[in-house]
Amino acid sequence: MRAEATAPALKLPEKHYLNATYGIRSWLLTTDHKRIALLYLASVTFFFFIGGFFAMMIRLHLLAPNGYLLTPDQYNRMFTMHGVTMVFFFLIPSIPAILGNFLIPIMIGAKDLAFPKINLLSWYIYILGGAFTLWSMVNGGLDTGWTFYTPLSTIYSNSAVAPAVVGVFITGFSSILTGLNFLVTVHTMRAPGMTWFRLPLFVWAHYATSIVMILGTPVIAITLGLAAMERVFGLGFFNPAMGGDPILFQHLFWFYSHPAVYIMILPAMGVISELIPTFARKRLFGYHFVAAASLAIAVIGFVVWTHHMFLTGQSTYAAVAFSFLTFIVAIPSAIKTFNWTATLFGGSISFDTPMLYAFGFLGLFMIGGLTGLFLGALGVDINIHDTYFVVAHFHYIMVGGAVMGYLGGLHFWWPKITGRMYPEWLARIAAFILFIGFNFTFFPQFIVGIMGMPRRYHTYPPEFQIYNVMSTAGASILAVGYLLPMVYLTWAAFYGKVAGENPWPATGLEWKTQSPPLTENFEVTPVVTWEAYDFHNRPDLGLDVPSGKGSPGVVAPAHGDD
Amino acid sequence: MHRTGSLYGQFKTLEQQKDTATLGMWIFLVTEVMFFGGIMLAYTINRHTYFHAFAMGSNTLSLGLGGFNTVVLLASSFTMAMAVWSAQTSKKNLITLFLSLTILLGFVFFGVKYVEYAQKFHHHLVPGKNFDIFYCANNPAKCEDIDAADMAKEKEELEAAAKADPDLNAHAQLYYSAYFGMTGLHALHMVIGAGLLFWLLKESVAGKFNAEWNNPVDIVGLYWHFVDIVWIYLFPLLYLIDRHK
Amino acid sequence: MSEHEHTEHIVSPGMYLTIITTLLVLTGITVFAAFVNLGRFNIVVALLIATVKATLVVLIFMHAKYAPERTKLVIIAGIFWLALLLFMTLSDYASRVDYRGVRYPMTQLTSHTIEHRG
Repeated sequence: MRAEATAPALKLPEKHYLNATYGIRSWLLTTDHKRIALLYLASVTFFFFIGGFFAMMIRLHLLAPNGYLLTPDQYNRMFTMHGVTMVFFFLIPSIPAILGNFLIPIMIGAKDLAFPKINLLSWYIYILGGAFTLWSMVNGGLDTGWTFYTPLSTIYSNSAVAPAVVGVFITGFSSILTGLNFLVTVHTMRAPGMTWFRLPLFVWAHYATSIVMILGTPVIAITLGLAAMERVFGLGFFNPAMGGDPILFQHLFWFYSHPAVYIMILPAMGVISELIPTFARKRLFGYHFVAAASLAIAVIGFVVWTHHMFLTGQSTYAAVAFSFLTFIVAIPSAIKTFNWTATLFGGSISFDTPMLYAFGFLGLFMIGGLTGLFLGALGVDINIHDTYFVVAHFHYIMVGGAVMGYLGGLHFWWPKITGRMYPEWLARIAAFILFIGFNFTFFPQFIVGIMGMPRRYHTYPPEFQIYNVMSTAGASILAVGYLLPMVYLTWAAFYGKVAGENPWPATGLEWKTQSPPLTENFEVTPVVTWEAYDFHNRPDLGLDVPSGKGSPGVVAPAHGDD
Repeated sequence: MHRTGSLYGQFKTLEQQKDTATLGMWIFLVTEVMFFGGIMLAYTINRHTYFHAFAMGSNTLSLGLGGFNTVVLLASSFTMAMAVWSAQTSKKNLITLFLSLTILLGFVFFGVKYVEYAQKFHHHLVPGKNFDIFYCANNPAKCEDIDAADMAKEKEELEAAAKADPDLNAHAQLYYSAYFGMTGLHALHMVIGAGLLFWLLKESVAGKFNAEWNNPVDIVGLYWHFVDIVWIYLFPLLYLIDRHK
Repeated sequence: MSEHEHTEHIVSPGMYLTIITTLLVLTGITVFAAFVNLGRFNIVVALLIATVKATLVVLIFMHAKYAPERTKLVIIAGIFWLALLLFMTLSDYASRVDYRGVRYPMTQLTSHTIEHRG
């Protein structure tokens, strides 16, 4: 039940971060974390379109088994640039740089991040890296696969490898600086009373993500740096002719790129940890376990990378060790999933759009995660490595998981970011369209992968065509599911119904500020005396929620000031 | 723009600001550890696989110059630490003195490195088309900076290495890839450090640092010490392979 | 927890002098040891001495000895992750089996894919 159904029409606050200053310079030279988040929103969405374009080319080409649309070289370029764009320029920055940047200072009661100027710098670095990569795309493209395996990337490829590698290298620093900013902010900028175990799990998730960014990204930086130097100057670490080893490249590459997938999923899990308590009106079950699981995923995620290399001539001993660790890393994810589900039990559930995305996440992430175990099993992997089974697996997690989390979060916090509500029914329809389109796109890929269709091949045996046609049809539905929110969210930012301070209602410090927030977030620094997700203790929210067992009995102040 | 020593808007106290900046620098240094770690891994694997080529390459390096540079950098860490102490005890002129000494020592290091690099170019020891580990042995007249005794020793070592490793020239390129890669990255970091030191010098001359506020000196110091630590490892790894022959 | 008072511990110039002298001595020992034939232990000795030097720089020059616990955790995490990168990758290289010049990869489990060699 929403309180504002019977309340008088709300008005936007007079002063907020969007109208505090005007002009393009006030945006391009801003140090306000909220404006920087919107700068990222614009640029990340731009790259999402580019990555989507390449996806469209892939799916159109695969409608027929005979490679009718693109030459093999062109096809190689399509899947490579789809991967590079989506991984480095969409998935990795999306939730942290947009939602993380916007929300973390507010969630912890601070005026801004620890290093606001470095925050702005990280956006410019992202743009510079993107520019190099775009340059590569229009000057010959890139055909090495997003994994840049040597010696194809360093010696034999005729595509524009060097600028692309430089672009990704540069963008890595954007990631590092964001992670650094988040880590330091959470350590030193929390408001009085905001202890570690009162933090929203969204913050814990980003803390864990930042650990991965800090420890992993420099390794891909040096790896790509060495690859670039090999291509341009003839250094030889990965060149067999000089005694170098392509497997060394793979080790160095995957040491980052496996933890990178946790950079992509942990923030989405953080979003889900906010959505489920809100729309079940119940405290998150097992807060400490979910927080610990986030850290566990970040740490264990660093010791499984060789599962991408099972077929490179590893010894059985090494393979068994990494396979075992791969199974272990699934456990904290499972713990989280159990805790989210347990939160639903006995809750008062509503099906607002963000919750629809959360449900979608739960189901699709589970499928994606479990199929990862298939791939981690040595014997099975021999047969399904480099097939569409892998492609389906990671798209279930990246798209079914991370992108669902991203969209759910965007919807959930859109009223806070813009002060206005999106159209609820249209949004629910779009969520359904997306869910249906997604499954039609990627489920057939599991089947066709098991049947043996290799990935990254521009043709396939004709008996697989029906599945590919289904997948392409699904992709066009999925595209509609993506386009609709882009349109109505943009519309809603200007013309949506004014949302007020706490439209859902939700707990969390960000819902105690005006929508949109002030530039300095809080008029007075809040003093926190309550636990996270304290629905049982918040009569001011107007919810019909029973008091929880063992609740501290402290009535939280209605506003941040004291 | 905020001036050094004044409280930035997002902080509540100067103490919080100092704590935050220091933690930020330490975390940044961890990223640098992982960054250099990658090339250290490449070095480790190749040194193990191609020991003879690596030993050969290492022995063409000047131990004198390398050792001298090590002393220079260690001394610069000392002067940097003294600069921090001077700031902590509000001795303005000493801050300027020690920062200047640190910069000077840094430039001495660059000078020596330049001499070393130039020598490598001259001797055809840069990875690429012109690389030839046998160049000086085959053309002693062209490598006049190697005296006769050293030349004889080098020829001997080359012969032994070539016997142990028929592909010596190819594998030696890997050594020099590591040499230029590691020392090049290190030098790049030193250039950035020198830039930061120049900025500190300017601020210290303007009297910005004292016992109450000296955080920038402290955190640039952390960065500079880290660059010194990298060299502490690079010196034995690159210059001291199999020297006892 | 975001505000905690700790008075700054100022390390004395005398201590710095002691450390730099020690570092120079250790450098000398490193060079000297390089000319002694210790076989495969040359590298071990060299790295050990380098680590001692690095530790002195971190603890005293970088004030890590007097830093809050959090800083020490950051340092240890960095070293630990570097060790992860090095040792786990090296374990793959170390465990690769070369038999009669042929690498026996995981595909030996599906033995019909490779010809049997005696």
